[in-house]
Amino acid sequence: MAHEAQPEQHYHDPSNVTNPEHASHHIVTPAQYAMVFAALLTGTALTVVAANIDLGVFNPIIALGIASTKAVIVMLFFMHVKYQSHLIKTTVASGFFMFLVLVTMTLSDYISRAWGLW
Amino acid sequence: MDSTIANPQVGHDTAEQEHEHVFVPQHRHHFATEEQQREAGSFGMWLFLLTEIMFFGGLFFAYLLYRNWYYDAFVAASNTCSVPLGAANTAILITSGFFMALAMWAAEVRKKKTLVITLICTMLFGFAFLGIKTVEYHEKWVEHHIPGASFDVSEFVNPAAYGLHAQPLAPDAAQKTQLFFFLYFAMTGMHALHMIIGLGILFWLLYRAQRGDFTAGYVAPIENFALYWHFVDIIWVYLFALFYLVNLHPLAH
Amino acid sequence: MSAPSPTILNLPDQSSATMPKKNFINAEHGLLSWLLTGDHKRIAILYLISITVFFFIGGAFAGLIRLELLTPQGDLVSSDTYNKLFTMHGIIMVFLFLVPSVPATIGNFLIPMMVGARDLAFPKINLLSWYLYVAAGIMMLTAMAQGGVDTGWTFTTPLSTHYLNTHVVTTACAVFIAGFSSIFTGLNFIVTIHRMRCPGMTWFRLPLFVWAHYAASILMVLGTPVLAITLVLVGMERIFGIGVFDPTKGGDPLLFQHLFWFYSHPAVYIMILPGMAVISEVVSTFARKRVFGYTAVAFSSVAIALFGFFVWEHHMFIMGVSNYSALVFSLLTMLVAVPSAIKIFNWCFTLQQGSITFETPMLYAFGFMGLFTIGGLTGVFLGSLGMDIQLTETYFIVAHFHFVMVGGMLMAFLSGVHFWWPKMTGRMYPESLSKLAAVVTFIGFNLTFMPQFILGYLGMPRRYHAYPQEFQVLNVLSTAGATVLGVGYLLPVLYLAWSLKYGAIAGDNPWQATGLEWQTQSPPLTENFTEIPIMDHEAYDYEWLEHKTQHEVTHVG
Repeated sequence: MAHEAQPEQHYHDPSNVTNPEHASHHIVTPAQYAMVFAALLTGTALTVVAANIDLGVFNPIIALGIASTKAVIVMLFFMHVKYQSHLIKTTVASGFFMFLVLVTMTLSDYISRAWGLW
Repeated sequence: MDSTIANPQVGHDTAEQEHEHVFVPQHRHHFATEEQQREAGSFGMWLFLLTEIMFFGGLFFAYLLYRNWYYDAFVAASNTCSVPLGAANTAILITSGFFMALAMWAAEVRKKKTLVITLICTMLFGFAFLGIKTVEYHEKWVEHHIPGASFDVSEFVNPAAYGLHAQPLAPDAAQKTQLFFFLYFAMTGMHALHMIIGLGILFWLLYRAQRGDFTAGYVAPIENFALYWHFVDIIWVYLFALFYLVNLHPLAH
Repeated sequence: MSAPSPTILNLPDQSSATMPKKNFINAEHGLLSWLLTGDHKRIAILYLISITVFFFIGGAFAGLIRLELLTPQGDLVSSDTYNKLFTMHGIIMVFLFLVPSVPATIGNFLIPMMVGARDLAFPKINLLSWYLYVAAGIMMLTAMAQGGVDTGWTFTTPLSTHYLNTHVVTTACAVFIAGFSSIFTGLNFIVTIHRMRCPGMTWFRLPLFVWAHYAASILMVLGTPVLAITLVLVGMERIFGIGVFDPTKGGDPLLFQHLFWFYSHPAVYIMILPGMAVISEVVSTFARKRVFGYTAVAFSSVAIALFGFFVWEHHMFIMGVSNYSALVFSLLTMLVAVPSAIKIFNWCFTLQQGSITFETPMLYAFGFMGLFTIGGLTGVFLGSLGMDIQLTETYFIVAHFHFVMVGGMLMAFLSGVHFWWPKMTGRMYPESLSKLAAVVTFIGFNLTFMPQFILGYLGMPRRYHAYPQEFQVLNVLSTAGATVLGVGYLLPVLYLAWSLKYGAIAGDNPWQATGLEWQTQSPPLTENFTEIPIMDHEAYDYEWLEHKTQHEVTHVG
């Protein structure tokens, strides 16, 4: 063991490995939640309206784009990622990164294999 | 943390009140501070959500592949899904998520009654979602769109006979609609299963919230459940876009 | 520090060592105190026992396989039964032995101690992880008792979904549950390593054991769920006939393989990284020298984990994937070999000018370094497209993965069990017998699997129970080796069990190793440390250790 800490004192760790960013617990207010809620409902309405307009190849792009925007604001505000430590932000990003790896690298096989010619 | 601890399991802090750190009764002895415990809990929950992303990820890829391979069949099949019901469900689930976020706030500011009410609202909207889902699944059953032995493609091969304004599909292409419906049931079903589990946990949380467990500084279960609930919401947002809105104008192309 | 380190430190006088009065083993009594424990060390012991049981069941299947392969004809068992034998051998060995072996036993035991914590972040989830493992094991045994499964451990469609009437769904369920056991272990490790390090324990003061487990845990958390959904889809396909992998209904069998191997390739890194973790510790301790290139070894673990996600298609080169994607994945496969090689080089440089002694863990570590290198290099041959077309689905593949997994991982597991046995139990095992077992294992292993490289190169296909007459000599050699190997594996079970009662008392630090776990009593207290330690020196700091022992009273225990 390195050295004995005095039993009554709490050791102050200069390199602070347990909480490097002193992430405080920012409390999001109901008003902020309400704004996000309104944005989400608007997004849903927009999605339906856009789907009813014939935009060809842009329909799925818009639908998924709005869905992704909704997902991002739910994560940032409802799930508090905006106010969390870098560790949490990196964790979330890595999850989506891994999902993208799964999709794009598997797609690399299908796309280069006579795509659409069956 | 400086006393010999015989049993690191569920612990009750009797006389330990260090001036810098307040220990709630639910403090676990292997953590040095309450903050460490809360951070660790929330980090653990996010890691679990990562596993959920990858779990659904396989299904999303299957959808991506087969939608591109069998676009016409997917269009025809998607148009049998009711957009009003899907949109209503999306709004309902978003509302449920909103109430869950409010519940988190209520726990943090220690308002027990608000917490209980918002948890109840979260639950009610969750059940409403499942109710509409049941209606939709029943519709599918009635229309013989459940993959398996009872699957029937006649509506796609000969839509005019069913009074539908759609492009008829050749029989072999029509068979591919079964893949759409399989993915529909697999993905919305997996989603619904996660919601059912969530609702079960919500009952338990509601019971404990009523007892005042979460309005005395210990908010981790509410916080972590909220993460789970919002995640389930996010999945649904994508499912709505993918299953209900493939191409509402098939005849134009 | 490249100057020669001080020679072997004054080894403390072991003869005066006593068992500590209070430790995690005698802290509580009764079966329930073990079955309902939150103590990571007790859970590690529970895992050790259950893993050993499944290892020998899997080994029994291996024995039957080798027995069948003594003769060219398929005369011991029918071909269907033979299929069941190699399937059950593979599934049990991969999912119920290799994946949890080091992480769930040694990792569970040591990671909290190595980071200076009292327990893992989530002790109850740790216990749940063990129960899931046991449930998976029981389900697997049930499937076996009901008649087994013969898909091959890879569950390839459409064989598994359409052409077999064996217990695929039960087995898939068992593997699904085992997967969650693995996920929860990995999740626990990641949170513990990030958030529960003791004061002063920065990332670069962690033992490399922790780095490698961290990398493996990331793989567990991100990769295993894809296996889970794949197995669910196989189950759905079998039960409801939905067509997601069925070409007649528009599905693609290759989709199964993409999703399956997306997990199963990282799985091999999940299996080997913890083994490499052990080797880092053992090589440093028995060369009395800090690991050469700490940063390189730490980052190479993470690099293996990251690149490991990008190479899975090399299991599918002959399955009908596009040539272009095959090119890309082949290139990436070459790249993924680099970090593993970096580790081997660094261990070799650790040995250079060290004070090397040949205790049993070190013997196993040497075995690992040689055999893993051979196995890894043959992996590079297989990553090359032209070679792979010749060698895939032959015994070359079988030899390759047995070299890395058995010659590599299993040797590392035995190395770790022997290395930390004194810490876990407070007892030493009989050294000469253990050295004999290590040598026997090494000889048996080479005799079993080296001929298989030749067999594969000559064209003997894998998963066949009958083969042309010309291959018999090599097969007989292989079976003979398997017998020797079996003896080599049985011996440790016997003498380790013996040592529990009759072994010499170990004392705190019989190997004079660095690391926080060696600065506590053996076996440790339930709470690991009476005071949370404060880390003020680098990892593998033998000079610090030397100064410490100079100040210590000259008896141990």
